[in-house]
Amino acid sequence: MTTTRIVDTPPARPAVDEAPLKRQRRNRALLQAACILISLFMLVPIYLISLAALSTRESLNEFPLSLLPTNLSFETLRAFLGSTGIIGAFGNSLIVGLGTLLISALIGVPAGYALARFAFPAKEPYQLFLLFTRALPIVVLSVPLARLFLTVDLYDTTYAVILLHTALALPTTILISASVFLSVPIDVEEAARVFGCTPAGAFLKVVLPMALPGLAAASIFTFVMSWNEVLGASILTLDHRTLPAQVLTSLSDSPLAYRFAGGFALVIPSIIFIAFMRRYLTNMWGSTIR
Amino acid sequence: MADITISHLVKTYPGGTERATDDVSLDIKDGDFTVLLGPSGCGKTTLLRMLAGLELPDGGSVAVGGRDVTYLPPNKRNMSMVFQSYAVFPHRKVRYNIGFGLAMAKKPKEEIDRKVEWAADLLQLGPYLDRLPAQLSGGQRQRVAVARAIVMDADVLLMDEPLSNLDALLRLNFRSELKKIVKDLGTTTVYVTHDQSEALSLGDRVAVMRKGRIAQLGDPLDVYDAPADRFVGGFIGSPPMNFINAAVSGDGDVLLVGDQRLRAPSLLRSFSSADVVLGVRAENVAVDTQRSSGDVPGTVLVVEPMGSSILLTVEVEGQTIKVQAPPTFRTTPDSRIWLTFSPNSMRFYDSETAMALVAR
Repeated sequence: MTTTRIVDTPPARPAVDEAPLKRQRRNRALLQAACILISLFMLVPIYLISLAALSTRESLNEFPLSLLPTNLSFETLRAFLGSTGIIGAFGNSLIVGLGTLLISALIGVPAGYALARFAFPAKEPYQLFLLFTRALPIVVLSVPLARLFLTVDLYDTTYAVILLHTALALPTTILISASVFLSVPIDVEEAARVFGCTPAGAFLKVVLPMALPGLAAASIFTFVMSWNEVLGASILTLDHRTLPAQVLTSLSDSPLAYRFAGGFALVIPSIIFIAFMRRYLTNMWGSTIR
Repeated sequence: MADITISHLVKTYPGGTERATDDVSLDIKDGDFTVLLGPSGCGKTTLLRMLAGLELPDGGSVAVGGRDVTYLPPNKRNMSMVFQSYAVFPHRKVRYNIGFGLAMAKKPKEEIDRKVEWAADLLQLGPYLDRLPAQLSGGQRQRVAVARAIVMDADVLLMDEPLSNLDALLRLNFRSELKKIVKDLGTTTVYVTHDQSEALSLGDRVAVMRKGRIAQLGDPLDVYDAPADRFVGGFIGSPPMNFINAAVSGDGDVLLVGDQRLRAPSLLRSFSSADVVLGVRAENVAVDTQRSSGDVPGTVLVVEPMGSSILLTVEVEGQTIKVQAPPTFRTTPDSRIWLTFSPNSMRFYDSETAMALVAR
């Protein structure tokens, strides 16, 4: 028995052009570098403010300034928190932030749901019109509001600021939640209906839990907006200032350390809030909604 | 379990001008498996959604088990449904998903647990009960959707293209499994599909729909063998039925296909001198390389081996038809072959109305 064997020389392999691979690696490295740069741009100021807020007054005047937390002290921060009105303003800010969150969610989430699920006349113009509130400068809104609140006895209350902030936050709350509800497949809602849910039941049991991550994002947006808003809050209140408004009024005639402590106190709560809501942001069930 | 009576159901979608369902009437017996079959846009899904209460009809009525449900909300209809996109709840575990309908009906916990176990067992979902749907494959998710539907003891089980998102092999396996499950269950089932092989294999009855109307309703084999019009014949079967323009001779004895003369069945006596369309399925045409009496010559255009058979595209008297030859048949393009049409499998259609001819 003979075995036939095909003998031929292997074809010459052409040289592999590795340029695309190198290009891809280079692009990835550049992307990493860009990410690091942007992160630094955000993080360095926060770090410096925290450092300054946690240093003693004396060490702030030293030169060169130490960039490492060598001698931490809570003295400045304690002094800041101890100064008049700060603790109260902190409380006011929390009340206003959470109040705004609550009211804008109560109005904005159903509105967003309606935008996502129903066709109604003038839907497009309505969506555009929503954004007009943001087109008005806050001063233009606040001054007439101040007059109005004076007549209805709401002036210089946290409610006044809550109402203003809700008005400011609603457009984004509505539009974000509308897009969130759009991403919840309508089939799932219909399945809930067929299997015995009332419309409200289907919304609460199925649609809302699925929309939660997106709604958390909207709420972060609202809370941080309210926490940082200064102008309207300063106009609408005198004795019940929110923290940024309080810090702003006393900023010009306070020592350097006080300003850093104020900045630190302003940044930290919104970072904590974002950190808390963040776990709702990342997909909750190990994959995307579908 | 219940029978369904659909009468004169009309639905036009807002903004649309054509009727999605156009005066559809359909009676479904208790325990029957009815398939709504048709191309996309024929109104089959609309009809199913009106049964489920997810769309409201403009006119007509739907009764289930003698009870009018036309405008009843979905949760009051005691129906269950399997969706094309599975529509399982991604934020809850498989166990909760399957028991959802029972929990909504406020059934006792032991009963829910027992039924969930039973359905999970039936659909081989036992090991996955405590997983989230995201951790399952597409086929398993569809099993969850089916399990969720069958635990319900519903009057009617609705299925909206439940297999169309599965890959081909899985679809074939799950199809027979589904048929067995539904048969054992005995629930009245309405099944929507655009896949004719699914319709033929699953249904007790098939309703072929076109442009919002039911074109033919019948036993799957009847629908396949004797399509009521050219549309049904062209839609059902792979390859679809061949349609050949022909004429009946003056005395009604001979069918003329171009220059070829075939013996006309007695049905055509009453259509003497009329133009007709001859409909014949690819597997009902016998092929041979030798001439014998009554044969029609044709020229092979394309040869497509399919494994179990060979599909030939043949030109006959200037018209192109598909012919199914046995796998042993050897031929090449451009060669001449001889075709025999078996008289019993020939169907005839009016050349203008496209409706099947009946003896008159």
